Amino acid sequence: MTYQPLNLGRWIIWGGAALLFAAAPHLFPGGFALTMLTQMGVMILFALSYNMLLGQGGMLSFGHAVYSGLGAYVTVHALNQIGAGTFYLPVPLLPLVGGIAGLAFGLLFGYVTTKRAGTTFALISLGIGEMVFACVLMFPGFFGGEAGISTNRMVGQPFLGLTFGPGIQVYYLVALWCFLGMAGMFALTQTPLGRMANAVRDNPERAEFVGYNTRHVRFLQLVLSSFFAGVSGALSCINFEIVSAENVSAIRSGGVLLATFIGGVPFFFGPVIGAIVFVFFIVALSGFTKAWLLYLGLFFVLIVVYAPGGIASLILMQFPVIRAGRWRELALPYALAALAGLVALAGLIGLVEMVYRLSDQGVSTVLQLLGMSFDARSAPPWIAFGAILAAGLASLRAAARRVGERWGAIQLELQAQAAA
Amino acid sequence: MEFFLVQTLNGISYGLLLFMLSSGLTLVFSLMGVLNFAHASFYMLGAYFAFQVSAKIGFWPALVAAPLLVGAIGMLVERWGLRQVHKHGHVAELLFTFGLAYLIEEAVHLIWGRSAVEYRVPAELDGPLFRIIGSQYPIYRGFMMLVSVTVLVTIWLALTRTRIGLVIQAALTHPQTVEALGHNVPRVFMLVFGGGCALAGLAGVIGGNAFVTEPGMAAAVGPIIFVIVVVGGMGSLAGAFVASLLIGCMQTFAVSLDWSLAGIKISQVAPVLPYLLMVLLLIFRPKGLMGTREG
Repeated sequence: MTYQPLNLGRWIIWGGAALLFAAAPHLFPGGFALTMLTQMGVMILFALSYNMLLGQGGMLSFGHAVYSGLGAYVTVHALNQIGAGTFYLPVPLLPLVGGIAGLAFGLLFGYVTTKRAGTTFALISLGIGEMVFACVLMFPGFFGGEAGISTNRMVGQPFLGLTFGPGIQVYYLVALWCFLGMAGMFALTQTPLGRMANAVRDNPERAEFVGYNTRHVRFLQLVLSSFFAGVSGALSCINFEIVSAENVSAIRSGGVLLATFIGGVPFFFGPVIGAIVFVFFIVALSGFTKAWLLYLGLFFVLIVVYAPGGIASLILMQFPVIRAGRWRELALPYALAALAGLVALAGLIGLVEMVYRLSDQGVSTVLQLLGMSFDARSAPPWIAFGAILAAGLASLRAAARRVGERWGAIQLELQAQAAA
Repeated sequence: MEFFLVQTLNGISYGLLLFMLSSGLTLVFSLMGVLNFAHASFYMLGAYFAFQVSAKIGFWPALVAAPLLVGAIGMLVERWGLRQVHKHGHVAELLFTFGLAYLIEEAVHLIWGRSAVEYRVPAELDGPLFRIIGSQYPIYRGFMMLVSVTVLVTIWLALTRTRIGLVIQAALTHPQTVEALGHNVPRVFMLVFGGGCALAGLAGVIGGNAFVTEPGMAAAVGPIIFVIVVVGGMGSLAGAFVASLLIGCMQTFAVSLDWSLAGIKISQVAPVLPYLLMVLLLIFRPKGLMGTREG
């Protein structure tokens, strides 16, 4: 045993996270906010479990929805059996059922997928995902075909007076499991297995020479990750009360990849940010515009090209500058860049929305946007938005160069100070 | 017997189409180490471009113009997209093409709508080529085979007999040396990436009307060609060829056989077969049919 001083910062962060989970429904009141928060909780867990593969184990998976989806299917059957009175399990413990189901399928499929690493692993995981998806449509007895299987979460005796009828109770169930899952996954990163997973990610050859079987490490990491994915699947089953083929689809697998990468793969908490942004895109933005998938795809590509560390890396980059008290020098360049970005975004939104409106048959081509009304069939709005976009991009380029110069100068000075 | 013959021919023509797709993917992968996730999206673009061009001018100009257009788009993507991401490593490059696949699908939704378009086989290629006892074999299938074989032989000759082909081959294994000898390796990358995309586009031109041209066609074919690349062995052209024909024949036969096993018809299981093959192969021969690399 070695003596470890109390890590105060870590306690503050985790305590703060718990408080935030508890307070969120009160900070954002209303039914819409609550559904969104619940979905965010489910997605956070899912994205974190995905990052156990991509971020911590270096395994790029295109089929992670298999584990959450099959976990959800098992959960929906368990819930229906509880409803039929076959056996009794309190609803708050159902995520464990989903988790164990996910883990079992992780054992089964992981044996095959983790035989290889790198790009081949990615392709195999994609193949397994497609296989499971095809099976779902092939065996309607268990999977319910295209329509899926619906259920009712208000079964059995109320547990400690909770019926899980109202959305707020479901939210707190999700929040509790999400918090537990976060803590569990963080604890796993501190274990020898978690560290070896990092080693296998960074240099498999050296890990082999140290005496570890890289395949075995990948396998264990995948099995544990599929447990948490299964828990998130069970939570989504309890939340939506339906499980369908969409739950195991390539769309879901791609979604969790987008969310995790947007948030930031190199950092433990990155996927949390990514999940929040992703659910915001899906739930909130899809209500406003049909083009949300295009915006999400563009956002993802921008992150891949310009900030492969995700949003988390952009935030963390600022800390050394803030600590040195130099952030004030960057404030103006940042503000200018943000302004230019907004202008470019406005131009882009205008163009995209007009294209979508034109491609939609039978819908009026008159748009209401930014408090203006115009016809997408006439030329002036196209010229105007094209000009706005071009001007925005040009000024963004100039502003970004200015930020880069200032940033580089500050970094050099900080390095010089550190060396002195 | 005639059933067997016709199905074998169908299987081979589908397999050759798959090889047109997987060969481009394999070449780009072995040259640049990048798995182009959007490869099937270029196949889809080829089909849609051909639909548009053949509606305006005709099928024969489309056969040439659509692949060239797709190839040009591919080169632009390599020059202004992939090359920027290259410094962040292979995962970032793969993810870039993954995002690109999203964007192309959305663009297709946007321009041509969400349902299938009427991209038909041209009238002069419509009809039976020959009859065997009761079954007839369509001309278009024969045409597909002819185009695939011609293109593949041309590419093989170009890779082995021409100067640029030798440079490409050298750049596969020794890019630094080739660069030191004064060749522009990034430009070779761009050409090969564009060429692979053009090949996918051509497959789209001749496959789009043989099957169906719809926004879901990329997502339907993509996983199959990735399975072919894994089954054949990553980076092996010969392996990709064998695996393409194998999977092409397997799927054609599975769809048309009405045997049943334990209450499930073979034709129902057809979509799963390529993936099952992949799983079995991984268990018994992890490096693929003709792959050289393990792990």
